[in-house]
Amino acid sequence: MDFAFTEEQEMIRDTAAAFLAEVSSSEAVRRAMATESGYDSALWRRICDEMYWQAIHIPEAYGGLGLGYVELVAMMEQMGRYLLCSPYFSTVCLATNALLVAGNEDQKTRWLGELGAGQVTATLAFNGGSRSWAADSITASFRREGDEFVLNGDYRYVIDGHTAGLLVVAAREEGSSGEQGISLFLVPAQTAGVRRRWLPTLDQARKQAAVTLDNVRLDGTSLMGACGQAWPALGKVLDLAAIALAAEQVGGCQQLLDMTVEYTTERVQFNRPIASFQAVKHKAADMMLKTEVARSAVYYAACVADEALRGGELGAELPEAASVAKSYCSDAYFAVAGEALQLFGGVGFTWEYDVHLYFKRAKSSEHLLGDGSSHRERLAVTLLDQGRSS
Amino acid sequence: MKLSFSAEDEQFRAEVAGWLQDNLKGEFARLRYRGGPGDEHTYPEERKVWEQKLAEGGWTCVGWPKEYGGKGCSIEQQVIFFEEYARAGAPGRVGHIGEGLAGPTIIAFGTEAQKQKYLPGIVAGTELWCQGYSEPGAGSDLANVKTKARFDEVRGKWVLNGQKVWTSLAHESDYCFVIARTDPESVAHRGLGFFLVKMDQPGIEIRPIEQITGTSEFNEVFFDDAECDAGDIVGAPGDGWKVAMGLLGFERGVSTLGQQMQFQNELDDIVALARENGAADISDIRQRIARAHAELKIMRYNAMRMLSGHSVSDGSLQKEALIYKLFWASWHRSLGELAMDVMGPECEILEGAPYELSRLQAMYLFVRSDTIYGGTNQIQRNIIAERGLGMPKEPRPALK
Ligand SMILES: Cc1cc2nc3c(=O)[nH]c(=O)nc-3n(C[C@H](O)[C@H](O)[C@H](O)COP(=O)(O)OP(=O)(O)OC[C@H]3O[C@@H](n4cnc5c(N)ncnc54)[C@H](O)[C@@H]3O)c2cc1C
Repeated sequence: MDFAFTEEQEMIRDTAAAFLAEVSSSEAVRRAMATESGYDSALWRRICDEMYWQAIHIPEAYGGLGLGYVELVAMMEQMGRYLLCSPYFSTVCLATNALLVAGNEDQKTRWLGELGAGQVTATLAFNGGSRSWAADSITASFRREGDEFVLNGDYRYVIDGHTAGLLVVAAREEGSSGEQGISLFLVPAQTAGVRRRWLPTLDQARKQAAVTLDNVRLDGTSLMGACGQAWPALGKVLDLAAIALAAEQVGGCQQLLDMTVEYTTERVQFNRPIASFQAVKHKAADMMLKTEVARSAVYYAACVADEALRGGELGAELPEAASVAKSYCSDAYFAVAGEALQLFGGVGFTWEYDVHLYFKRAKSSEHLLGDGSSHRERLAVTLLDQGRSS
Repeated sequence: MKLSFSAEDEQFRAEVAGWLQDNLKGEFARLRYRGGPGDEHTYPEERKVWEQKLAEGGWTCVGWPKEYGGKGCSIEQQVIFFEEYARAGAPGRVGHIGEGLAGPTIIAFGTEAQKQKYLPGIVAGTELWCQGYSEPGAGSDLANVKTKARFDEVRGKWVLNGQKVWTSLAHESDYCFVIARTDPESVAHRGLGFFLVKMDQPGIEIRPIEQITGTSEFNEVFFDDAECDAGDIVGAPGDGWKVAMGLLGFERGVSTLGQQMQFQNELDDIVALARENGAADISDIRQRIARAHAELKIMRYNAMRMLSGHSVSDGSLQKEALIYKLFWASWHRSLGELAMDVMGPECEILEGAPYELSRLQAMYLFVRSDTIYGGTNQIQRNIIAERGLGMPKEPRPALK
């Protein structure tokens, strides 16, 4: 047992931190978030062409770097810390994971190749506008017509849905419900009948879209896995994505803590730095506790995710590890952000200071892919309901 | 990052589990799950015999170096030992203060003679220790101890006068490690000494204190010309604070993995009860149980991070270690509340008169001390902010 980053993993993290400190400054974030696309395409090109981050956990056989989920999580933590505006989460943590988990050989060869080369960005659309984020949130439907599939329906909360070149969409067989009848399809954004609309959001640093499929016709090569049986794969993808998102939340916690300690140490009131007041110190101590506990949850979940993708034994813990991490980190991030805002006083309430960017991100990431209480309810079902007659 | 244990370690796990299975039976069977925190008044004599049984099997002081009678186990093996010990429901260790605190201090700071004199009794499970730090005027402000130690040149002995309080298990112990003032003119952490004192002597009086649970595990200890030998001071007179603080560093959290297994047993009881009495259908209870479950899992991961840390060599605690006490103590305190709320109105009804508590009732009351002893939650937050985050210290009035 050695539950610490290897030297190589530390190097990846430090390289990411150094690069992001340079390219994802407060000014850069504010410039990017003011645009509809939400990112600077020149910077995204640099990330793809110089850093190869988009290819991090794509196996070498498909042209990727072949690294693991721990490395991906180390990267996400830094992106959360620097609030990087990019299609990274949607492309790598949603769509690439979907291809890795559910794609057939031809699909992987083609699309992982393009994604890994940075030629296309992608995302995952499944939720029709429900707070549940589970199978019942999928309302779009498909039917077969000869060799073709015809898809209809609406999606909300699609991360980068208005800019992605490739959409991985979930739809259910007409008349099905729950976890039954769900299929995943690969839909290039330009396909006839695909309509996409940017949704302005409270957290401007992560863009969301509504997607409508209006009689979209696909041939059989677009179908991922066996028809109507995609829920287990999709569930796995969502767990993997939740772990990556939780890592981003840990990075946000750390940045807020660092900013708060720095600010309260400089700010003087009553002839003392306010950091010397115990009421301030105790809040900061609680912020550090939450940050470290969140980090422990995420690193463990990263190891589980890694094995889940490589077929290791620990992979069986994926749903639990994802819910443990996402529930704790979601609540921790929002609590830490709230305390930070308080400890900055009036300036924390301004547009000029960065605290509000993190405060807003904390809420948006809390609700993305299920908030703390929904993940706890998922744990409760396993703990309390299985094998009990009520 | 690697989470699995080596085949060799798994073999060790089987060996520990096998030994416990073969030995924790017969006369010892009733000790299972007893004698832990909050229950230390239970079966003290039987648990002393069990301590010696463990020693015979070579299972005391597993983390100590071999040259001092320990087993020289790696961190992984220590983790495994404590996990399996708790998993088997083996009883609370009467020797834990000697094994975890007194022994390591003597190993680190003691003389060869002190090692010869005191370590074998700890390893054999025959000599028990208690910790004499707190006094009526020295709780969180430990450096304010007033107990005095004077060296009597004629008899060649240290003579102690003063009072300790909250001394856990003093009434069961053979020895106490005591911090006392060697320089009567000194204040705060200067001028202290660290003494190894035999309990059974005319100059020591022990009075039990009745606790919130109606039982007594801790005591007042009065020193009235109590004595120890010239060779029973660890370090020089004036070094007491350094030695006492060094001791805190020994708690690296290895044994906490066993403590977590005990927490798991408690949570399992609560889950079983909730499923049985219908509390499992109440959404607030569901949330709280799930939260307790999630945070206990993370507690384990956090401890694994602490144990795997590469940067502990300078003796300073890493961030994940600094927050650990505050985290587990607060978690455990909420677990007590959860236990009562799962029981509902039934939580009021005792097992019997006059004040016989069920396991969960005793737990609910006892966990209130977790956030007080070993540095209160407030003191933990001070330490986290000052050492972990480098925030300025509280301005203090100048020392007179
Ligand atoms: C079950 C149990 C077993 C114990 N066993 C032992 C033992 O074996 N040996 C031993 O030596 N001691 C033992 N203790 C004593 C324990 O270490 C002390 O109780 C503890 O250090 C707190 O001291 P106090 O009780 O004097 O409280 P105080 O220090 O008076 O604290 C009272 C309150 O004030 C707060 N406070 C104090 N100072 C500050 C500050 N600077 N900033 C903010 N808040 C502050 C505290 O957090 C607390 O809430 C035991 C205690 C318990 C409950």
